[in-house]
Amino acid sequence: MKIMQEPILVLAEHLKGNIADITYEMLGAARRLADELKAPLYSVVFGKDVAPVASHLGIADSVFVLDHPQLDMPSPDVLAALLKMLIEQKKVSLVLIGGTNVSTGIGPKLSFRLNLPFVNFCRNIRVENGSMILTSQLFGGKILSDVRLPENRGVVSVYPGSFPADVARSDRKPSVEMVDLPVEETKVIFKRYIEPETGDIDITKQDILVSVGRGIATADNVAMVEELANVLGGAVCASRPVIDQGWLPLSRQVGKSGMTVKPKLYLSFGVSGAPEHVEGMKDSGLVISVNTDPNAPIFGVSHYGVCADLFDVLPALVEKIKTHKGKE
Amino acid sequence: MPGYVLFWIATLLAFVLFGRRVLALVKLLRRARPENRFDRPGKRVRYFVTYVFGQKRLLHEYVIGFAHFLIFWGFLLFAGTFAWNLLKWLFPFLPIAYADDAGIIRILLVLFSVLVLISLCVAAVRRAFFPPPHLQQSWDAVIILVLISLVVLTTLFALGFRAAALGPEEATSTPVDGLLYSIFSGVPAHSAEGLYTLMFWLHQLVVLGFLAYLPYSKHMHLLASPFSVLFANVKRLGSLDVSGSKEEASSGSSKWDEFTWRQLLNSFACAECGRCDRACPALNSGYKLSPRMIVHHLKEHLLEAGLRRKGDKASEGNGSHPLIGGIVSEAELWAYTTCYACMERCPVLNEHIPLIINMRRYLVGQGSVDSTLQQVLTKVSRYGNSLGQSDRMRGKWTQELDFTIKDARKEPVEYLWYVGDYASYDPRIQNITRTTARVFQKAGLDFGILFEGERNSGNDVRRIGEEGLFEILKEKNLQAMKQAKFKMIVTTDPHTYNTLKNEYGLNGTSNGGQNSLRNGMIPVKHYTEVLDELIHEGKLKITRALNRTVAYHDPCYLGRYNGVYDPPRRVLKALGMRLVEMPRNRSTSYCCGAGGGRIWMEDQPGIKERPAENRIREAVSLQGVQTLVAACPKDIVMFQDALKTTGNEGKLTVKDIADLVYEAIE
Amino acid sequence: MDIVVLLRMVPDVVEELVIAADGRSLDTQWLRMRLSDPDEHALEEAIILKEKHNGTVTVVAMEAPEVDEVLFTAYAKGADKAAKLSGDWTGIQAPTIAKLFSSYFSSANRQLGSETLVLLGSQAIDDLEGEVAPYLSEMLGVPYVGVVTGIRLDEENKKMTAIKEFAGGLRGEFELPLPAVLGIQAAEKPPRYVPVAKVRSVMKSSKIENVEISPLESVAGLSIDRLFTPEAAGRAEMLEGPPEEVSARIIEILVERGLVGR
Repeated sequence: MKIMQEPILVLAEHLKGNIADITYEMLGAARRLADELKAPLYSVVFGKDVAPVASHLGIADSVFVLDHPQLDMPSPDVLAALLKMLIEQKKVSLVLIGGTNVSTGIGPKLSFRLNLPFVNFCRNIRVENGSMILTSQLFGGKILSDVRLPENRGVVSVYPGSFPADVARSDRKPSVEMVDLPVEETKVIFKRYIEPETGDIDITKQDILVSVGRGIATADNVAMVEELANVLGGAVCASRPVIDQGWLPLSRQVGKSGMTVKPKLYLSFGVSGAPEHVEGMKDSGLVISVNTDPNAPIFGVSHYGVCADLFDVLPALVEKIKTHKGKE
Repeated sequence: MPGYVLFWIATLLAFVLFGRRVLALVKLLRRARPENRFDRPGKRVRYFVTYVFGQKRLLHEYVIGFAHFLIFWGFLLFAGTFAWNLLKWLFPFLPIAYADDAGIIRILLVLFSVLVLISLCVAAVRRAFFPPPHLQQSWDAVIILVLISLVVLTTLFALGFRAAALGPEEATSTPVDGLLYSIFSGVPAHSAEGLYTLMFWLHQLVVLGFLAYLPYSKHMHLLASPFSVLFANVKRLGSLDVSGSKEEASSGSSKWDEFTWRQLLNSFACAECGRCDRACPALNSGYKLSPRMIVHHLKEHLLEAGLRRKGDKASEGNGSHPLIGGIVSEAELWAYTTCYACMERCPVLNEHIPLIINMRRYLVGQGSVDSTLQQVLTKVSRYGNSLGQSDRMRGKWTQELDFTIKDARKEPVEYLWYVGDYASYDPRIQNITRTTARVFQKAGLDFGILFEGERNSGNDVRRIGEEGLFEILKEKNLQAMKQAKFKMIVTTDPHTYNTLKNEYGLNGTSNGGQNSLRNGMIPVKHYTEVLDELIHEGKLKITRALNRTVAYHDPCYLGRYNGVYDPPRRVLKALGMRLVEMPRNRSTSYCCGAGGGRIWMEDQPGIKERPAENRIREAVSLQGVQTLVAACPKDIVMFQDALKTTGNEGKLTVKDIADLVYEAIE
Repeated sequence: MDIVVLLRMVPDVVEELVIAADGRSLDTQWLRMRLSDPDEHALEEAIILKEKHNGTVTVVAMEAPEVDEVLFTAYAKGADKAAKLSGDWTGIQAPTIAKLFSSYFSSANRQLGSETLVLLGSQAIDDLEGEVAPYLSEMLGVPYVGVVTGIRLDEENKKMTAIKEFAGGLRGEFELPLPAVLGIQAAEKPPRYVPVAKVRSVMKSSKIENVEISPLESVAGLSIDRLFTPEAAGRAEMLEGPPEEVSARIIEILVERGLVGR
C-alpha cells in the first residue's frame, strides 16, 4: 500500500457563530492521522460572515473559507455539492463530517455523488499496515464494528464525544484561503430559527446538576430531586424520556437533541445512560450515578456508581447533606 | 262512599302516570344489549330471599340497616293492605272484607306504624345530623321520608279515629284497638267519623301521589332492586364474561344502548345510599371518582339520551351530552382498581365494575390510552410481560437455585406453577419466588413451570379494557398449556389466579366458555392454598415456631373475588404466628391500589394519600404488630414503596408468606 | 396529498445481541426484529397529516420476519395501502435499501407524483453506512430535510415547511416543495395506540400487496472486517452498602472535591 499523501478534509461545523466541539474533536483526530500518514490536513468553513470561525482552526494546515449570503444555514445538498467540488479540486481522499443533527444527510449525499463509501457512527480511526480501519458503534453502542476503507478513501461521520476536543484548540494562525465556488440554487430554503422557550435556568451554566431519568417513574417524584438540587445549590436536568413526558421543560434536557453540559458535579438518578444522553454530559467533572441496573451504560461514564434504588438513596442523601450543612 | 267517582279518577290518574313511566323505562331496557341472567333459578330465588327479604347487606351498617329492615317490612305490609283495600274500594261488590277489618291486620299496622315512625326518625336524624360520608343529600330523599311518614301517620290516625267513631264496645275488640281508643277517645264520635274520612282521603292521595312520583325518584329502587337481585351475577364473580351476548365484547360501550339491560338496571336499582363510595379505596385517596356517581351518570345519560322524544331526533347529538368525556370523565374511568369493594357492599347487588370496564374498552378502541399504559400494553403484546423484558429471560430467576425446576413443556408434572410477570422478572420479587420454589422443593411437591411458554395471564389487561390483547394472551397461554402435561395449576399472583380460575374455561363451566384444555377439570389454586394443604398433609414440616405478632392483608383477587380467606390464616397459625386482624379484613380488606392496571399508571395529581399508604398506616396502628404479611407480588411492591413514602420503615416490615414459611422449615 | 411511508425492521436490542461465528454478522438464531422507532414516528406523522389535509397514506416495507403485523397495524392506524417488497434482505445496508425503495418508485404501479411526500425515520440503529433518507433523495432527485420534528402544509399556496431539530432545544424552519423526502426524528405526538382487536379485524379485511423488485445490482458497500462487543471500559467505582453508608461516602467525596461546604 502506498503511503497516502492525499489530504484529509474536516468539515468545520458551526452554529450561530459558535464553533461546535465536534469540529475540534474531528480536527484533533485528523491531525494525529494526518501526521501518521504524512498527509496534509485541511478544514473547510462554509457560511455567512464566517471569517472569525476560520481563525480558530489553526491546527489544520490549510483552512478554506466560502463566505456567501446563501450559506447562512445551508441544506445538505448545497454543502454536498460544494464539498464535492472542493474535494475534486484539492484531491482530498478522506472527509470527516460531524455526526450531529446539524450535519445529518451531508455525508450520504456526498458519498453517493463521489461514489465513495460512507462510514457512520465512527468512534475511532487507526492505521494498520498503511490501511485505515474505522471502528463504528451500532445499536446504540452494544456492538462495535471494524471496517476498512478501500484505498483509504471515503466519507466518515464522526460520533460526538469519541475524541478529545481540547487538543485541537490552537492559537496558531492558520493559512486561510478564500475559495470561490458556485453555490447552487436549492429548493430547500432556510427560513428562520425557532429558539427554545427561555427556561428559568440555563443548565449549561450550572456547576452542579442533578439529573433524572426514566427511573424517577412519576412527575411527583421530581420534587424529591428538586430538593436535593436546592440543598446542593445546583439545578435539576433530565434525559429525554422525562422531558417527553412533560415532567420538566425542554430547557432542562441533556443530550444530543438537548443541551451539552459540563458541570463540576453531575449526579444522576435513574438515568440509564443511552448514548444520546451521554453525548450531552460526558465531559462533566465528577459523575456519580445511581441506578438499579448494574449493567446500565451510565456506569461506563461515571466516576462513582451506586447500584441501588434511587428512592432509598435520594432521601438519605438529602438528609445527610442538610445535616452536614447545618454543622457549618 | 262519597267521592267514589273522584276516587276512581285519582286512582286511574296515578296508575296511568306510574305505568307510562315504568313502561318507558322498561322499553329502554329492552333496547339495550341482551344478557342471559335467567340461569340457575334456584340460586336466584335464594338470593332474593337473602338480600331482598333478609336485607342482608343493609345490616352491615347495623343501625340504619335495622331501621331500613323495619321500613322495608312495614312498607310491604302497608302496600299489601293498601292494595287489598284498593280492590275493595274500586270494586265494592267484591265479596271480600277490608284488610283492616281483621284484627290481626290492625295490630300489625299499628305495631309497624310505630316501628316505622321510629325508624324514619332514626333515618332523618342520621341524614340531618350524622350523615355518613358520601350519603347523597337530596330533596328527593327528604320528600320520600316525608311521604312515608305521612302514609304511616295517616294510617295511625285513621285507625285511631275509626276506633273513636266506633265507640268503646266495638273499638276494643283487640288490645291494639283498646290502646287506640284510649288515646283517641277524647275525640267526639261525630267528628271522629269526619276526621276518619279526612285521614282516609289524605292517605289515598299520599299513597297514589307516591305511586305516581315513584318512577321519577330514586325510590324507583323499590321496584327495580328486587329485579336487580333476582338477576344478579350468580356465577363467578371474577369473570367478566357475559353470557348470551352477541356483540363483540371488545367494542365497549359509549352510549346507553351499548350496555346490557342488566347493566342499565343498575341505574334504577340504585338507592344512592353511598355504601359503595364509603368502601372505595380510590375515592378515599382523593381520586375524582365515585362508584355511586358512575351509576348515577349512567342514569343521567340514559334518561337524557334514551327518553328523547321522537320529534327531537333532529336535535339528537346536539345538546345531549356524550357519556364518556362529557358526563363521565376519562380520568375517572382510569382511576378504578377493580377491587370489588363497591360491589361487595351494594345492598341491591349493583354491578359497577362491568360498567367501568365497558367504558374503558371503548376508550381503548379509540386509542385514548395514556402513554405509560400504551407502552405497557405494547410490551405485553410483544414480549408477553409488562416489564418489557425478553420473553426468553422469563425463566432466568431459576438459575440461582441449587436445583433444577422441571420444564413442564417437556416432562409431566403434577402442579403447573404459573409464576407471573412480577414474580419472574422484578428483582425485588425474584427472591421471594426462589424461596417459594425452595419451599415447594422441600415439601416434595411435583411441580414445573412453562419457562418462555408462559405469558402474562391477561387479568389486568382485560380490566384495562384491552379485550383483544386478553384474547391473544389467553389463546397463547392455553396453547402452551395444551402442550404440557399436568393435573393442577398453582399461581403466585392472585390476579393470575382469578383469571385462570374464572375466565380460562379450565374448570369446565366458566361463563360461556367451553372447557379449553381437555375434558377433565383443572383445579387452579393459589400458593397459599397449596401451602395450607402441604402443611395439613404433613408434607411440609414446621421445624421452628416463629413467635411473632403479625397482621395479614387479604388480597382483593384472592379474598373478595374468590373467597380464599382461611388457608393463609391457617398457614400463619401453623407457623406459630400470633395473628392480629387488620380492622378492615376479609371481605372488607382495603385494596393496595395496584389492580385494574393502576400499578402501570401514574398517580393523578392532587391525591392526598395512596391506598397502600393508608393500609400501611392501618397496620402500623396495630399494637405490637411487627410484620404485615402479604400473599401477592403486587402487594409486596406497593407496600414496600408505601413503607418508604410514609416513613414507617423502622416500624414495620412487609413479608411474603413464602418467606415466613421458609424460615420455619429450615 | 399522497404520502408514502417507508418502514424498516431493525434488530430488537431487548434481546442480547450475539455475534455469529464468522465474526462479521449477527447471529440470527435469537435475533428478533422490530419496527425502527423513528419509522414508527414517520407513520404517525403521516397519519396526522392525512387527518389534517386528507389524502392517502401508503406504507411500504421490506419483507422481514414479523413485518406483516407491522403493516396490518399501519392499516389499523389509518393507512390506506400497504405493500411489502418481497425478498430476503438480511444484512442489507442503507445505500442498497435506498436503491430498493427507489426501484419501488420507478416500478410501473407507483410513480412519484407532484404531491408525493415520502416519510421515513431520520436514522436507524444499524445505519453503519449512513441514513437511508438522504441516499433516497439523491436517487429520486428530490429535496430532503432530516431530523424533522414537525411538518406544516400550506395547502393554498402549496408550500411545505419542515421543522428540523438542531441541539440545545434550537430548531429551524425549512421551506421546500413537493415531491420531497423527509427524515422524521419524532412525530408531533407520540405514536397512537391501536387496540389488538382492531389489528386482528384488519388482518381479516385488508391485504398486503406483494411487490416484486427486479434484481438489484447491489450498491458496492463496506465490507465489515469484524463485529465485537465493547469492553466495559472505564467503569465507575461502585459504592456498596446500605443507603445511609453510601450517602455518607458520597458526601465525603463531594467534600474532598470542594463541591460541598465552603
